[in-house]
Amino acid sequence: MRYLRSFGRFWWNFIVGDDWRVAAGVAVALGLTALLTRAGVNAWWLLPTSVALVLAESLRRAVGRS
Amino acid sequence: MLSRLGRSHDDGDGRCGEDASRVRCLGSSGRTPGESLRKKSRPPARIAHAIKESSDAGSDDLGEPVVVNTTTVLIVTGAFLASAVEMVEALTIVLGVGVVRGWRSTLIGVGAAMIVLAVLVAALGPALGSIPIGTPRLVVGALLLAFGLQWLRKAILRSSGYKPLHDEEESFQAERTQAAAAVDDRRAGLDWYSFTVAFKGVLLEGLEVVFIVIAFGSAQGHLGLAAAGAAAALVVVVIAGVLAMGPLSRVPENTIKFAVGLLLTSFGSFWGAEGVGVHWPGDEASLLGVIAFFVVVSLLLARALRRKRVTLAAAGAAA
Repeated sequence: MRYLRSFGRFWWNFIVGDDWRVAAGVAVALGLTALLTRAGVNAWWLLPTSVALVLAESLRRAVGRS
Repeated sequence: MLSRLGRSHDDGDGRCGEDASRVRCLGSSGRTPGESLRKKSRPPARIAHAIKESSDAGSDDLGEPVVVNTTTVLIVTGAFLASAVEMVEALTIVLGVGVVRGWRSTLIGVGAAMIVLAVLVAALGPALGSIPIGTPRLVVGALLLAFGLQWLRKAILRSSGYKPLHDEEESFQAERTQAAAAVDDRRAGLDWYSFTVAFKGVLLEGLEVVFIVIAFGSAQGHLGLAAAGAAAALVVVVIAGVLAMGPLSRVPENTIKFAVGLLLTSFGSFWGAEGVGVHWPGDEASLLGVIAFFVVVSLLLARALRRKRVTLAAAGAAA
């Protein structure tokens, strides 16, 4: 059980890391892109823009804490 | 942007496999493998068509034709750099333990970890090959984005001075101190501390390398190329480690992490968006635009944070 927990923690730290909001923001941005694409809008611009905003916001919070 | 190496694929008897895309069949029909390999020049229009077909099919995996384009170069570069960074960290751990406590148990730990990793790769590789190419793009894109943004975020924080730079020399000294202080515990004829630390270090860093290779390679069917990038990194890091016999502290780790973060984030955006049905204007050429966009955004963010830190420091000194 201890090994399983360590293994799970390793992958969580590896993929999600310090700021879970970044991963959540990516998921939301992908979801919005999928919705727009299904509605017939070729929203290629949405994901890079959202990712840039998510990154900026995460950095702002990190700097604010330090 | 594109050029093609004339390595063709056939089933060994000059016929193409049933599932082969048209590009795989070029240069192979009715010829022996040797003849196919000698057949290196093709009319430009046919080459362009072959590249387009290959790009659309995305089926350029292990043992398949090598199409050299911007994407493949970036995949190899990304896999090489990301793997090199992880391997440098593993090397620091192994050296720290090996130098203090001896090499036998340490190297057995390294070997055991490599065997576990090889088993994992052997189990995952064929399974990935059987997945339709379009399926993993969304998953891999999302994972690369989450993972790449972490690297990019940390690299920006480090380059702007908000986070200390990773110091391999310091990690090496810390590892040495811990290794020297650890009790002598012998199990199965091995120095258990050396074995477990080397095993865990190589396994965990190696798992990250495997993840990077699979993520970089699988979405576009370039697993072989990504693995080649990682293998090249292993060779370079091991040779450098043997020559230096110390931590590779002169490796510009943050710059490499910055570059890898940019590549991971760009590929993640590109494949993630494709995975949910987006059609990129200019197809794969737009990947360069995505990379350029994130380079500009990241440099602007790093510059803004540096200025903010300098302003705050000046205000603090004045007060």
